[in-house]
Amino acid sequence: MSDQVILRVTTKILVPAILLFALYVQFHADFGPGGGFQAGVVFAAAFILYAMVFGLRRTQQVMPSWVSRLCASLGVLLFIMVGFSSMLRGAHFLDYSVLGHDPLEGQHVGILLIEIGVLVTVFGVILSIFYFFAARGREDL
Amino acid sequence: MDLIIDFALLALLAVTSLAILRQTNLFAAVTLLAIFSFTSAALFTVMDAVDVAFTEAAVGAGFSTILLLATLSLVGGRVRTPQVRIVSLTAQAPSRRPTFPLVVVLITGGILVYGTLDMPPFGDPDNPVHRHVADHYLLASEEEIGIPNVVTSVLASYRGYDTLGEATVVFTAAVGVMVLLSGLRRRDSLGVEAWGEEGLHDLDPGLGASYSGHDEMSGADEEGERPGERPGGGVP
Repeated sequence: MSDQVILRVTTKILVPAILLFALYVQFHADFGPGGGFQAGVVFAAAFILYAMVFGLRRTQQVMPSWVSRLCASLGVLLFIMVGFSSMLRGAHFLDYSVLGHDPLEGQHVGILLIEIGVLVTVFGVILSIFYFFAARGREDL
Repeated sequence: MDLIIDFALLALLAVTSLAILRQTNLFAAVTLLAIFSFTSAALFTVMDAVDVAFTEAAVGAGFSTILLLATLSLVGGRVRTPQVRIVSLTAQAPSRRPTFPLVVVLITGGILVYGTLDMPPFGDPDNPVHRHVADHYLLASEEEIGIPNVVTSVLASYRGYDTLGEATVVFTAAVGVMVLLSGLRRRDSLGVEAWGEEGLHDLDPGLGASYSGHDEMSGADEEGERPGERPGGGVP
């Protein structure tokens, strides 16, 4: 798609905006619709758009497939670690109230961390699946 | 007014699904599926389920469509065996008229409709789902969790264990896809190409026919593949 000037320019403008919107969806979830899952999909969508216009190889120079696979597992790991850290502080699994100085702050910290975990997992999963679908039948990847 | 919009959107859903059934051009069918997802997302928005609508628009209309298009770029964009189409109720139906499937579908649909008669009325505050913990979540989440969006506090905190299960399911799905696709990936060079530097050029529906010679699914080029390269290949 190297000859499609309009698509290339539009993509270059859109990709940072999509990434920023994903972060907005992530961190504004306390007040509006959204959350880790949606943010992860939108974040991955930016890379997918880039791959559709500029090709898989150039995308994987920015985001190698091993990174996306690592993300998929790291997010779940972070989620579980949050659960265990509240257990280590004497509360139930995934009870965030003990994670801060007072229960409300603990809830904020816990929700922030597990939402990041969901974001990272969903982003990694979506992008990995896309990479596997797009690279199918190709030798050089 | 809400009811009119609901029914209009539901009618659009029905029309879209009928159009999908009648399509032989898979590229058009995928596009229609995306439209179906967007219409569902609009329906969810009207019903005040914005989070669900967001997910439906992002995953159903966005990501699923991309995956289906990626698949089409491998297998071609047309249905090659028209006999497979169950919808051909017209005179040129293959050998027998599909009355039996129609009866089965009608009976199943009738049972499903009968089942919905026992469902609680939509939006009634006395419904069982609203009488358990929903009140507690709505009233106490501001004090207990401290964030205004109840959906987030339910998903992330009250039902955090479920969300952990959800994340694990998503992760497991990815592992399954990886095992399936990496194991079946071809090591020898075929004419089939996925998206590359050309990007979307491969998705042109007109190009679908050119792939028929080396269709991955046809199995006609079994010799070109070295046995043992994929799991199960060594099994006689």
